[in-house]
Amino acid sequence: MYVAVKGGEKAIANAHRLLADKRRGARSVPAMTVEQIVEQLALAVDRVMAEGSLYDKELAALAIKQARGDLIEAIFLVRAFRTTLPRFGHSEPLDTGEMHIRRRISATFKDLPGGQLLGPTFDYTHRLIDFALAAEGETPEPVRSAPRGGAAPRVTDLLNAEGLLEVDEDGDGNVGDLTREPIDFPAGRDVRLQALARGDEGFLLALGYSTQRGYARTHPFAGEIRMGEVEVELFVEELGFAVTLGRLTVTECQMITQFTGSAKVPPQFSRGYGLTFGHSERKSMAMALVDRALRFEEFGEELTAPAQDQEFVLSHSDNVQATGFTEHLKLPHYVDFQAELELIRRMRREIAERAEKAANDADETRAEEAAE
Amino acid sequence: MTATSETWSYNFAYLDEQTKRMIRRAILKAIAIPGYQVPFASREMPMPYGWGTGGVQVTASILGPDDVLKVIDQGSDDTTNAVAIRGFFEKTAGVATTTATEEASVIQTRHRIPETPLSETQVLVYQVPIPEPMRYLEPREAETRKMHALQEYGLMHVKLYEDIARHGHIATTYAYPVKVSGRYVMDPSPTPKFDNPKMDNSPALQLFGAGREKRIYAVPPFTQVTSLDFEDHPFAVQTFEEPCALCAAEGVFLDEVVLDDRGGRMFVCSDTNHCEERRAAGHRGRLSGDPTKTEDASQGERP
Repeated sequence: MYVAVKGGEKAIANAHRLLADKRRGARSVPAMTVEQIVEQLALAVDRVMAEGSLYDKELAALAIKQARGDLIEAIFLVRAFRTTLPRFGHSEPLDTGEMHIRRRISATFKDLPGGQLLGPTFDYTHRLIDFALAAEGETPEPVRSAPRGGAAPRVTDLLNAEGLLEVDEDGDGNVGDLTREPIDFPAGRDVRLQALARGDEGFLLALGYSTQRGYARTHPFAGEIRMGEVEVELFVEELGFAVTLGRLTVTECQMITQFTGSAKVPPQFSRGYGLTFGHSERKSMAMALVDRALRFEEFGEELTAPAQDQEFVLSHSDNVQATGFTEHLKLPHYVDFQAELELIRRMRREIAERAEKAANDADETRAEEAAE
Repeated sequence: MTATSETWSYNFAYLDEQTKRMIRRAILKAIAIPGYQVPFASREMPMPYGWGTGGVQVTASILGPDDVLKVIDQGSDDTTNAVAIRGFFEKTAGVATTTATEEASVIQTRHRIPETPLSETQVLVYQVPIPEPMRYLEPREAETRKMHALQEYGLMHVKLYEDIARHGHIATTYAYPVKVSGRYVMDPSPTPKFDNPKMDNSPALQLFGAGREKRIYAVPPFTQVTSLDFEDHPFAVQTFEEPCALCAAEGVFLDEVVLDDRGGRMFVCSDTNHCEERRAAGHRGRLSGDPTKTEDASQGERP
């Protein structure tokens, strides 16, 4: 006897209760606090803020806890929260030249005004599992030195002074927002950069990497990567001036790429740009590579690779969209499958009938031949 | 409306009124240009893309406190995603819900159109994964928009022709392309082609929401919807050799249920409400057995 599947509601509630239990894990182990995640899983928090498009460490940490450490799920939680928030204005453009620098490196100059500052980095660590961490010993305080002082102008500004690098044009201040207006292809660089800033780190990493391996090669140099705090300012009409709302940690990457020019225009380096919330060099570098690749038309280059194709890149860079559609294959599709079953059985039956008829015809022919 | 502490801060039916206004404008435009895909600023919903966010946004924008909502997935009110979406609106809008097709004023669906004919007072909201009927033939949005603008639908006919050349049949069994009001070629969403004739001249308003792809389109009431075909290969719907094993219905879409690992199977109505109503009216199929027992079984939970 076939029993209609009922009680989906109760099954769902029970599944979620089980999920909460698994999230908590063994009760003998202390529960993790949001503060612990903010302090000790800071790079995971940064990634969730960057791809969630919302700068709120506690919220991102809570989302990570709720998602059991599944970062894309955490990004999804943050996005769904973000979409309900009211918009009351646009900030002034961030001035990363005024950044309170915590890390700053240039691969194009040995030394430069403001200096090279390694800051907290995995670079040059030996990737050996540190078993001492498992023993939970005390960590020594970092070495501190007095700030070096003096300005740290962006490398791109230094090159600009000589005219060696293309100048970024000032926009009219009207930037697009793909969370408020659907993307209209071809999209401008403002919307492309927004999509990349929200885009999946892994996807952009693979695309950026592909440009390095010859799929739309741009001959990049890491002109500068800087990470630190910048102020966010909002121009208040009633006051007539901009007020500071707070500080963000951001990572900026300026990629200097192959020059262009012509018989009339002297050659100039071009550039790709990456900016992310928090400390994320991998993401901002990949973003800069892809930004540059997407600009192929401006430099008269040919479309030869996926990283240059904006419909391909922008339509697939959002991991919340990608995971939703990929995972929707879990939903029942038996009605569509039934439609396919009906057709495939009919087609196979028809072929079998044809084969049978052909065999019968052949038998008859043979019988006639034998009779002759 | 009952507000729980969990949902108190959200607006009626979750979306804020500004967003609803934006979506209603897109819906009005879609109704004015039947079959045309209207871009809209789809929001990030608290459920995954690909799981009905477009349909949910459309439903949220048209729902009023007096509406009665029915949600089906694969024709069934009890599939997990239908249960989840119905629960979402019960929680955020506090509207009455039903499983009875004729009682509902708004029906959100995934992959089916109810067997019970719809009326002028009803709105059918489809969840759409890929709104562009030519997406698998031409992946670029910039191109397909041009093709729609120029009514250049040759590619679609070539695809259907190639099916016939290779398989002897048009091998599209669901999401079968239709032409709306003689103008736009439209994806009816992945409903089996069995349901295509129900879209034609339907008294109910049909709205289509694609959240991830940020498109809304519509078929206004009493609008011509024609399935694409050829003179020598006319459009035909699926037929089933046996009636529903529970309610003996014929001429409805059936799901195949595997009974054992020796090829045993039964066919039952995909539209569970239709099947239950028929059984309540006394119809009995091959495997429905003792009427009293059947009722018990369908009310009970799976062990």
